[in-house]
Amino acid sequence: MKVPIKLTVNGRSHESEVEARTLLVHYLRDDLGLTGTKIGCDTSQCGACVVRMNGATLKSCTCLAVQADGAEVTTIEGLAQDGNLHPVQEAFWDNHGLQCGYCTAGMIMTITELLDRNPNPSAEEVRAGLEGNICRCTGYHNIVKAALAAAEAIRSS
Amino acid sequence: MTTRLFGSGIRRREDPRLITGQASYTDDIKLAGLVHAAILRSPHGHARITGIDTSAAAAAPGVIAVYTGADTEGVLNPMPCAWVIPDSDVKAVAYPPIAKDVVRYVGDAVAVVVAEDRYQAEDALELINVDYEPLPTVINPEAAMQEGAPQLHEDAPNNQAFHWVAAGGDTDDAFANADVVVRDTIIQQKLIPNPMEPRSAIASFVPSMGELTIWNTTQNPHIARFVTCLVTGLPEHKIRVIAPEVGGGFGAKIAVYAWDMVTAFCAMKLGRPVKWTETRSENFVSTTHGRDHVEYVEMAADSNGRVSGVRSVVYAGMGAYLSTAAPGIPTILHGLMYSGPYDIANIKADIYGVFTNSTPVEAYRGAGRPEATFLLERLMDLVAAEVGKDPVEVRRMNLIPKFENGHDVAIGLTYDSGDYEGVLNVALEHVNYDQLRHDQAHARSTNHGHGPLTGIGVSCYCEICGLGPSQVAGAVGFGGGLWESATVRFYATGKVNVFIGTSPHGQGEETTFAQIMSEELGVPVDDVEVIHGDTDTTPMGWGTYGSRTTVVGGGALALSARKIKEKAITLAAHLLEAAEADIEYEDGNFFVRGAPDNGKSIQEIALMANVAWNMPEGMEPGLEATTFYDPPNFSYPFGAHVAVVNVDPDNGHIVLERYVAVDDCGPQINPMIVEGQVHGGVVQGAGQALWEGAVYDDNGQLLTGSMLDYALPRAHLVPDIETLSTVTPSPHNPLGVKGIGETGTIASTVTIYNAVIDALRPLGVTRLEMPLTPERVWRAIQEAGGNRHDHGDGHGHSHDHGH
Amino acid sequence: MYTPDFHYHKAGSVAEAVEMLGHHEDSRLLAGGHSLLPLMRLRLARPATLIDIGGLDELRGIRVHDGHIHIGALTTHGEIARSHDVQHANPLVAEVAGGIGDTQVRNRGTIGGNLAHADPASDWGTIITVMEGSVDVQGPNGSRTIGIADFFQGAFETAVADDEIITGVRVPTLVRQGNGHGHEHGQDHGHDHGHDHGAESISGEVGEYAKMSHPASFYPVIGGAVVINADGGRCVSARVAVGGLVPTPRRAPSVEAALAGQELTAGNLEAAANQLSNDLGDEIIGDVFASADYRRAIAPVEVKHAMLHAIGLAHH
Ligand SMILES: Cc1cc2nc3c(=O)[nH]c(=O)nc-3n(C[C@H](O)[C@H](O)[C@H](O)COP(=O)(O)OP(=O)(O)OC[C@H]3O[C@@H](n4cnc5c(N)ncnc54)[C@H](O)[C@@H]3O)c2cc1C
Ligand code: FES
Ligand code: FES
Repeated sequence: MKVPIKLTVNGRSHESEVEARTLLVHYLRDDLGLTGTKIGCDTSQCGACVVRMNGATLKSCTCLAVQADGAEVTTIEGLAQDGNLHPVQEAFWDNHGLQCGYCTAGMIMTITELLDRNPNPSAEEVRAGLEGNICRCTGYHNIVKAALAAAEAIRSS
Repeated sequence: MTTRLFGSGIRRREDPRLITGQASYTDDIKLAGLVHAAILRSPHGHARITGIDTSAAAAAPGVIAVYTGADTEGVLNPMPCAWVIPDSDVKAVAYPPIAKDVVRYVGDAVAVVVAEDRYQAEDALELINVDYEPLPTVINPEAAMQEGAPQLHEDAPNNQAFHWVAAGGDTDDAFANADVVVRDTIIQQKLIPNPMEPRSAIASFVPSMGELTIWNTTQNPHIARFVTCLVTGLPEHKIRVIAPEVGGGFGAKIAVYAWDMVTAFCAMKLGRPVKWTETRSENFVSTTHGRDHVEYVEMAADSNGRVSGVRSVVYAGMGAYLSTAAPGIPTILHGLMYSGPYDIANIKADIYGVFTNSTPVEAYRGAGRPEATFLLERLMDLVAAEVGKDPVEVRRMNLIPKFENGHDVAIGLTYDSGDYEGVLNVALEHVNYDQLRHDQAHARSTNHGHGPLTGIGVSCYCEICGLGPSQVAGAVGFGGGLWESATVRFYATGKVNVFIGTSPHGQGEETTFAQIMSEELGVPVDDVEVIHGDTDTTPMGWGTYGSRTTVVGGGALALSARKIKEKAITLAAHLLEAAEADIEYEDGNFFVRGAPDNGKSIQEIALMANVAWNMPEGMEPGLEATTFYDPPNFSYPFGAHVAVVNVDPDNGHIVLERYVAVDDCGPQINPMIVEGQVHGGVVQGAGQALWEGAVYDDNGQLLTGSMLDYALPRAHLVPDIETLSTVTPSPHNPLGVKGIGETGTIASTVTIYNAVIDALRPLGVTRLEMPLTPERVWRAIQEAGGNRHDHGDGHGHSHDHGH
Repeated sequence: MYTPDFHYHKAGSVAEAVEMLGHHEDSRLLAGGHSLLPLMRLRLARPATLIDIGGLDELRGIRVHDGHIHIGALTTHGEIARSHDVQHANPLVAEVAGGIGDTQVRNRGTIGGNLAHADPASDWGTIITVMEGSVDVQGPNGSRTIGIADFFQGAFETAVADDEIITGVRVPTLVRQGNGHGHEHGQDHGHDHGHDHGAESISGEVGEYAKMSHPASFYPVIGGAVVINADGGRCVSARVAVGGLVPTPRRAPSVEAALAGQELTAGNLEAAANQLSNDLGDEIIGDVFASADYRRAIAPVEVKHAMLHAIGLAHH
């Protein structure tokens, strides 16, 4: 069953007809070609697919595209502004917060919301905020470091 | 400006595309006319297929084709095993890409559907009707060798896949004359690697040219091409394998998979590009697993704790078939490492490879060495307990003294260089070991077993990596070489491409290899682009695994750079009208001794070499060099790790409080990347100790078959990892480097395990099975009778322990 | 990862949703989708029709009134956790909401969907049970209120009829939460030690929740919730509920009785918690991670932890 939807992704509006069962992550990747958002599991555990919808992070594998009708979605591709990396992206780069990069989009998106809600988190609060994101490469050490560095950079800017 | 960046923690050059979502992993790639494959997998651990009806599926919306084993038989050859160890009676049983008559594990492929989109392909899978006649299954590798066990393969009696024995010295004598013999049964549980990117392949075939291209999440595209040639029958030069961005491997992307071959088969049949990407739940059964040993191990020592012998009998599960490199793991990479960092005169490893009704086993980070380190470090602790000494003291007394160039161990290997006591001292000093022990004793004596129990684990390790001399590879039955190649190509503009045969996937060699170039030739790292992962554009190489990329591939690169330097010196001498002997090199500048300001930069040399207007007599144009580097020896990184845990005796819950890793991988090209490898490795090893493990039921169903049940380490469950290092160069390779990709995993599992046992010893618990789930710990405490209620201080009240 | 096909309708009002439920055979409501979509992706659920109630703002929101918090069914766990009204009127509820799943689950998952799904270990199930809350539903014949004691009928079964919709949840206010501020095994690095003296100062109503989380799924393995009504360090009355042990959240009358009238010492709390097995029967759930025997043995520990935190005998 096809359903018309209308939404804004990274500031651009899209009108599409989607199969009702199309997951938001498949819509973003396959219909819009925004493949920066990854799929790492099929049980909503890994967070590789995290995007922001109306400001809140969301596992886009656990949302139908039709549920995003009318929403504003930001993906990793929409984070840098005017060619400037977002401070969280910059901090991941500076602190070696990634290795294979597969979890990275989800991690970065999650941390942007975390810092919006809590601009000065402790390392423990960062770790708690990453409950829903799995990284198999970094042991999280440098991801936490990057999040704290990003917080600092945002506060002092 | 200095361009010397060797040894500096510069940020990675591959990151910009990864942090912006612009990198392309296999599943991100779209081709015109792309169609999608989905694979039907056996729901049975072992069954005879008595009939398959695909008609309904073939008629379903969007379906283009449905193929079964009857279609691939005779077209695709069986999957080959590439590591057939000599003198071990290896049973290289037939491994059909799609099962036809018998399925041997849950996940064995039975049919493939190709459809216009993946949803339709999945719908059609449900319409395939397969009649199975279930057969008995066996999962435990030791049980599989017992009489009467279900048999997997006709040509592998008792399910024995191979039997390999290695020995040095005389263990019978050592054990007969020992004051102390300690024993244990160690279960190295089956692990599921779970790189975050699931496996994926896209195959595209041009019939008119007979050319096949496969984009594949692989750690070794050149091996993949080689095997694709064997399985499809296409000539090797007509096959191109591309490893795009690869989202982690940890060994699970070494094997060449039947499903990649099936994807190729579909593309060849249909003349359309076909993509197959596994779901995570599919990954749990279809992508290779790791470990899976049942080990009987023992250690002989004198009454002081001086160790004289180690021996084992190991049943190593192979799963239902032999995966690409599987037989080499419990043997060469495990049995040969029973000395570890210790001076042990008598060693024997007696290893059985065993078929079981489970997903095939392959390398998993550390591959064999974590298991070897585990048994040694476990036995060391048992010896210490037996002779009544601190575990550190017993280790110290047995360590091989510092050496710089070669040390032979009983089993016949020659270690490169080592300072084992050095790293141990750094670790102990960093944690203030005596204070830790003192605090622990104090807590034990004052809180009467109330509150969390603190445990301290210490381990030493030495591992073998940087695989390796090809002659040795051949002698131990590896079906290929283990050399590496690197081409350095300077353009007229002074910019450089480096083409390498290895295939990094997160380890950062696009950065470290550029740093090698800056060190060797003074080019800015930003002027170097490292190209890897495409068999059409890169020179031959054997891939990224076994912590070999920097050691062997980096060695090839350094040697190529040095060839360039030689040519540059000749050319500079010619251009400066000086004798070659008078040319000096410093930081990218070639100049006549004493006149650095009038030199020729490497960029100028590159320009002149590329335009070739003024070359010395007989010199070829261009500035390019290729090296095929075959290392003369393996490399042997080492280290000492310390873990501190707290265990809640009320419910068995463990908290990893602290983890300290001191590693020596020789000179560090990029310390930030080295540390990152250690962080990740340690946490992966912690996963085996505390959370991870494949659990099967009696019918071969994987009960931990998704991320809902199989627990991977999470951010809030692990502490920061404290990393330190020492530097002992390897004398055996051009850069002196040793490899750091696996050390964390090799050491951390047993370090944490020993810490937990250390915490529980006062309650009478001396062994546990991994993962150390709260229930297992709690049960062990109950069974030991050491729970606080019986063990208590007699006051009988106030068992009030919060968390 | 690929759900079976279905028909999709977006409801414009509760009344319309109720009508659609009656009209379409084999239809299911879709709220936050964080229980339903995972099942459909694994093809373990395959409803013919989904009725999306996600746009019904009338089902969203929090209001404190008459000694109760009224929470709209579509209110997310995250909204509840962050609500100042809830933090004030029943800090325990806010705390529990903030510990469900992960950030993304809390951003999407709803209290109505959670209760309707009726997972035996659901955090909400245990907490609403100990708080003696109730659930408002609307059906073709109008609205009714179901007391939580009657709500859960079995694992994944509730008293809500096929053509009814949960519209809201009512939770009594709680004077204050214990000192412990929610804690979870498998979650934090900190430890605390109990003390062996009584809690003389405690008067009034305090509540607390302790759980052991599954390291993979994050779902509670066992949850223990307590509300203690104290007067000068003595327990006047107590309510205790546990989740993850039997097919539905379960009150623990034996523990409650054992605590009533007792001085609030650690020893008394432990003795009371140890009565729990009397309230559980033989139907205890077990899985690969935590067997039934283990859950039975450990549940009193969780209850004890909750109690100690509630009265401030455990601290960080
Ligand atoms: C990774 C992960 C971790 C989680 N961890 C936890 C946890 O720690 N603790 C916990 O308690 N839960 C946990 N959950 C479950 C989560 O809280 C769910 O969001 C919740 O159970 C369902 O809410 P929903 O709005 O997403 O419901 P949906 O998935 O939309 O619906 C669930 C069911 O309820 C029905 N339904 C929905 N709304 C209504 C309504 N208003 N009236 C009648 N029926 C309705 C639906 O038809 C469906 O059958 C977790 C989920 C995930 C994915
Ligand atoms: S892909 Fe969405 S949580 Fe894993
Ligand atoms: S960087 Fe590889 S999974 Fe996180």
